[in-house]
Amino acid sequence: RQRTMTDHKTSKEQKYDRQLRLWGDHGQEGLENAHVCLINATATGTEILKNLVLPGIGAFTIVDGHKVSGEDVGNNFFLTSSSIGKNRAQAATELLQELNSDVSGNFVEESPDKLLDNDPEFFHRFSLVIGVQLPESTCLRLGSVLWDAGVPFLVCRTYGLIGYMRLIVKEHTVIESHPDNALEDLRLDQPFTELKHHIESYDLDSMEKKDHSHTPWIIVVAKYLEKWYSEHNSQLPKNYKEKEAFRQLIREGILTNENGTPEDEENFEEAIKNVNTALNPTKVPSATEDIFNAEQCENITSQSPSFWVMAHGVRDFVRNEGNGKLPVRGTIPDMIADSDKFIKLQNVYRDKAMKDAAVVSKHVEALLQSFGKPPESISEQEIKLFCKNAAFLRVVRCRSLAEEYSMDTFNKDEITSCMDSADSEMVLYLMLRSVNRFYQQHSRYPGVYNYQVEEDINKLKLCVNSLLQEYSLNVNVKDDYIHEFCRYGAAEPHTVAAFLGGSAAQEAIKIITHQFVPFNNTFLYNAMSQTSATFQL
Amino acid sequence: MNLLLLSLFREKKRRRIEELNENMVVDGGSVDHTEWQGRWDHLKKFLERAGPFTHPDFEPSTESLQFLLDTCKILVIGAGGLGCELLKDLALSGFRHIHVVDMDTIDVSNLNRQFLFRPKDVGRPKAEVAADFVNGRVPGCNVVPYPSKCIKCKFHIVVCGLDSVVARRWMNGMLLSLLIYEDGVLDPSSIIPLIDGGTEGFKGNARVILPGMTACIDCTLELYPPQINFPMCTIASMPRLPEHCVEYVRILLWPKEKPFGDGVALDGDDPTHIQWVYQKSLERAAEFSITGVTYRLTQGVVKRIIPAVASTNAVIAAACATEVFKIATSAYVPLNNYLVFNDVDGLYTYTFEAERKENCSACSQVPQDLQFPPSAKLQEILDYLTENASLQMKSPAITTTLDGKNKTLYLQVRTFPTCSRLVIFKLGLVDGQELAVADVTTPQTVLFKLNFIS
Repeated sequence: RQRTMTDHKTSKEQKYDRQLRLWGDHGQEGLENAHVCLINATATGTEILKNLVLPGIGAFTIVDGHKVSGEDVGNNFFLTSSSIGKNRAQAATELLQELNSDVSGNFVEESPDKLLDNDPEFFHRFSLVIGVQLPESTCLRLGSVLWDAGVPFLVCRTYGLIGYMRLIVKEHTVIESHPDNALEDLRLDQPFTELKHHIESYDLDSMEKKDHSHTPWIIVVAKYLEKWYSEHNSQLPKNYKEKEAFRQLIREGILTNENGTPEDEENFEEAIKNVNTALNPTKVPSATEDIFNAEQCENITSQSPSFWVMAHGVRDFVRNEGNGKLPVRGTIPDMIADSDKFIKLQNVYRDKAMKDAAVVSKHVEALLQSFGKPPESISEQEIKLFCKNAAFLRVVRCRSLAEEYSMDTFNKDEITSCMDSADSEMVLYLMLRSVNRFYQQHSRYPGVYNYQVEEDINKLKLCVNSLLQEYSLNVNVKDDYIHEFCRYGAAEPHTVAAFLGGSAAQEAIKIITHQFVPFNNTFLYNAMSQTSATFQL
Repeated sequence: MNLLLLSLFREKKRRRIEELNENMVVDGGSVDHTEWQGRWDHLKKFLERAGPFTHPDFEPSTESLQFLLDTCKILVIGAGGLGCELLKDLALSGFRHIHVVDMDTIDVSNLNRQFLFRPKDVGRPKAEVAADFVNGRVPGCNVVPYPSKCIKCKFHIVVCGLDSVVARRWMNGMLLSLLIYEDGVLDPSSIIPLIDGGTEGFKGNARVILPGMTACIDCTLELYPPQINFPMCTIASMPRLPEHCVEYVRILLWPKEKPFGDGVALDGDDPTHIQWVYQKSLERAAEFSITGVTYRLTQGVVKRIIPAVASTNAVIAAACATEVFKIATSAYVPLNNYLVFNDVDGLYTYTFEAERKENCSACSQVPQDLQFPPSAKLQEILDYLTENASLQMKSPAITTTLDGKNKTLYLQVRTFPTCSRLVIFKLGLVDGQELAVADVTTPQTVLFKLNFIS
């Protein structure tokens, strides 16, 4: 038995097999080249890191000036009682590092505020900074530094039974968004030349039953569309009535036996079923249009990231050789057909996709050359991947914290309209903003000790009211929430920290791998009702 | 949802608190060397303080924590992706008496998410290694492992982190079989809540089941669509996808060529077996000009691999553990009753109340309706039992009473080939005949009533 290169599975491939099936080897490579910074090794923080260390992040650095307390050990799987009194960053690093020897763990025994005072550029080295249980002032300071440095920032907070996440990234591009329900790119409304020829090579009427029943439904629809065109002035079936008539036309094409009963032709049933979606007019999706019209796509410079260079290349294609259409994707769904017919049809699409991608390559090359950059700076593989995903490209832009907080630019409409429903998750956001105010004023959070709960309710209410007043928010925050947030006493119960840990880690992986689509930009989880919401603030 | 269930724990708690008080008077209190100052502070706020959103039955008390620590018994089913997370979450939520069942051993592909296991543990039983790790990391916690199916204790709550619908249905049926009805009225103290979690890639769900009261697993069986297998004619003569080529080798070629000896079954965990299948799949694919067969794809098809990551398991297990905490402490009204999660595009959750099915084959206690003409063959009944989306039985065995005697109509172990082709009225079955069906998907036999139609 011959051993080939492809035989040998490294132990890393085996270990990461289940996740490689989601983000591929290239996604894993991105993960392994990343260095993430976690600020504060609280339960929320270590749970987030655990879910990054296990899949093999390249490196992490914990920044934490706190000493481990008894409470810390109580809710944190990565702290033990023997570390009480010791530096929390170090203690947590040891037990997190132990999870995966592929990962390199580091710690800095320093508060983020001190680092911001003395060495803000410390944070520039990271692929992503995750700030956990941070006071508002630190958040805003750090937010500003990271925004200017172009480092993505993920803010996470577990507050009682509430989980909060805020993503701050100027511009995040996604080529592989992996949409759940993508429409196929079949071009039946405007078949390209090679497809037309291929369709012409079929003559359904002269086929034996075996071939007739194993003709791909794409061909069937195409053939009957031709019939339809001849009777309907070359117009596609447009409404339900016409589509129904078209389906009937196809149904009438099903072979019948000597007695006149229709044969079992699954491929025709598939054709009928797919009429709904197969005749959708081929067009550039609006998200992709927006990308083409973006300033970054229009004005390519030598600094432009390859995403925009490729977008410009595809745009050039669309406006020229593509005749208003994207490069052909090149994939078709499985369908009842004999192997030969299916493979031939599949190759028609595949070959066209390759041709289109090659044309896009030429455009990209020309662009690169105009900046004196070698054509190899963007590989064929990258361009092919980009073309294949042209209909699924996404750009996520999350506003800065400064914009969220500023009197001039805060999202008043979103807040007020959500608060039309008094129990909307938006009230949780307002409460978190309010406890931040409380902390600013009293240097502590409300209700930490039992005796404080009652008296803090009124103090917190004042904070709520001052917040609403300052922002001229004419909304009603129910007293129940004020009471509840005092009751929480800034507790960080493990199960809520763990929920957030999983959520935040996956968003971090999306940012690092540029696969799948990150949230934009505020996520709130309510463990009492097991509900959540995302707001763009 | 009926809030009756909270009296479940209140009564138990009250009795336990009385016990504890008695003990304390006698012992003068015991010194716990595994405790330290502030250990449970994060939890106490939810147990010792009143609040506006708590369950109506909730009473703040310093003894609630004791109930969790000393008395509450939780059964965790599965020590894999969800199980490891559940054990950690429960241990750090005050639960100390946790039993965990898992018959599997550790595989290297588990290590990307089942964080209680290390490379040196590969091959060892999951339940044991998981229990050891948690007990070592969380002082005072007593996780008891069961590497086999045999569990005898009674539990307050059962949490499932399973990867099989059949196993879920079994557990569901077990808890239903423990229900006690007096004069047709359900005794709430016989209810053992079942929290069930499931994940697949970036999707997951968590649900709360109160057997006998809320929708059970079988009530919503349609939410678990049956596994799609490729048609045999595609595999045998018309492959189009690389997956078809692999299935050809697995289903048709392996039994024919017996590459590792007579009677040696294909073992998806044996790399030499997969390697053989991979090579043969490449040959098959080449025959039909099919591209895309890789080792990874081959293994995925043979083992029916479902992609998995740490993050989704963390989220779903956390949601489940939160529910366990709520139910055990009455701190909040539990999830009513189904949560769906998906973080492919942003983060999406959807919470809804799954409804009980009036004629659920598992929990409705009414005989299931079977409608067949008397000229139908027994095989048609068998097909219905396996193919119907609400039943999805695997290999049902049917018995009935004929001439006052119990008679087996169909049993797969000893084949009754002629029987299943027999027309049912020829078997002596009459209109209204009661059939008792046993299957791996249910611990209790399901009663069917056969109604003749024309």
